[in-house]
Amino acid sequence: MLPLASILIEVVGKGLPAISLSFLTKSTGNITDPSSGIGNAIEGTLILIGVTCLIAVPVGSFAGIYLAEFGDNKFGRTIRFLNDVLAEFPSIVIGILAFSVVVIAIGHFSAIAGAVALSIIMLPIVTRTTEESIKLVPSSIRDASMALGIRRWRTSLSIVLVTAKDGVITGIMLSIARISGETAPLLMTVLGSGFYFSGLDQPIDALPLRIYSDYKNSNYPSALAQGWGAALILIVLVLSLNLGVRLLTRGRSSFARARA
Amino acid sequence: MEKFKIQTEKLNAWFGNNHVLKDLSINIKENEATAIIGPSGCGKSTFIRCLNRMHELVPGAKSSGVVLLDNANVYARGIDPVTVRRRVGMVFQKPNPFPTMSVYDNVAAGLKLNGIRDHQKLDRAVKRSLELAFLWDEVKTQLDKSGTSLSGGQQQRLCIARALAVEPEVILMDEPCSALDPIATAKIEELIASLKDQYTVVIVTHNMQQAARVSDSTAFLYLGQLIEYGETTQLFENPTEELTERYLTGKFG
Repeated sequence: MLPLASILIEVVGKGLPAISLSFLTKSTGNITDPSSGIGNAIEGTLILIGVTCLIAVPVGSFAGIYLAEFGDNKFGRTIRFLNDVLAEFPSIVIGILAFSVVVIAIGHFSAIAGAVALSIIMLPIVTRTTEESIKLVPSSIRDASMALGIRRWRTSLSIVLVTAKDGVITGIMLSIARISGETAPLLMTVLGSGFYFSGLDQPIDALPLRIYSDYKNSNYPSALAQGWGAALILIVLVLSLNLGVRLLTRGRSSFARARA
Repeated sequence: MEKFKIQTEKLNAWFGNNHVLKDLSINIKENEATAIIGPSGCGKSTFIRCLNRMHELVPGAKSSGVVLLDNANVYARGIDPVTVRRRVGMVFQKPNPFPTMSVYDNVAAGLKLNGIRDHQKLDRAVKRSLELAFLWDEVKTQLDKSGTSLSGGQQQRLCIARALAVEPEVILMDEPCSALDPIATAKIEELIASLKDQYTVVIVTHNMQQAARVSDSTAFLYLGQLIEYGETTQLFENPTEELTERYLTGKFG
């Protein structure tokens, strides 16, 4: 509690003075300029989250469905083990991987390379939480569907996944919170940029990268203050995702009622 | 001559190495209610789950023998278990409506997920099924409410309506009243009596009075074997096997 409270007080206290409409909307330009903004970093983080979700959510949730419904064999156990290993992987190593596969192939840093790196981080989390929430669906629900003559894959997608959707969405939101703070893999893939989005194959900025470059330029008082401002915005983003999860799943007792 | 809807010949079933059904041969008459009674663990539920090929969904479960539905073996090579399950519906021990769906969607689920999209057709099927399940008058104003918001007895009738909506020929019921109070039980029993006109009903029950009330024929199973099978009145009043008599008089079970 105490560390959390002291971080929050520190970040709010030092970050709040930096926040203004122009700070939130203007692009970086020259980072040492006191009127520099973080609009492009916010935009970049949102784009990275969006593209990452487009890759990791379908793949991860299908993998989770597969593991929960058909994963009780040697292949499934192997995949589950590898998935757990991947979830524990240092993110900087994933950054090197995306750098050597995507950045070198394209020839320069790009938003898509960052999204690939972040997807590799997000994928095991989505897979695991999808699998766990699907396993929570009582077998009586699956039985009811199969007994209606609904095919197995239909049962998995239209009955079981729909019943488990609160848990699946929670896992996706939490993994978004996790990737939106990642810095190391982005340093090696999207590089950072002082300008607004100009294409998925171009470098973009992101909030953690902005905080890092502000720190590098912290001998300029304005850059230091803006770093605190960017940190506050990032924390607000992550906390609101977490709170969103809480609100979304609160008071949903459909499982409990189905079991009673 | 009476017609047999389902006939089994030397039906055996296993869970792993546990041999739970032994050479069960039985003829179930069309448009009758047949009760399956016997002590816990005697294979009653496994038996009816073999009839619509639900048994094989349990990991490690296997079966052998013949199950004839209208004289055609449902275990024959090339028969899709999905088509068997559409013809032989099932109602489970605990009411299990789909928790995220409304009353309407619960009943329509079997049709919708098998590709029927015509709204008028779905509306008609939902109304017809709920009427057949004696539930229409109670829920017609709340078709959009969650299926799990109904009472336990209503939920079980909703599950019966859901099974009826896909127009099966046989309804298997696995202790459908064991989680219900006496009033809800009486409603389900009344419902079973009316369903017999159109469907063949097979009901597994723990409750011997219930078997006596609702069924035309009764089969007594013990340790995976069919001990006695006959008309309900005859089996209850004048059992030929000593084991049946001892079970019916409560000497074991």
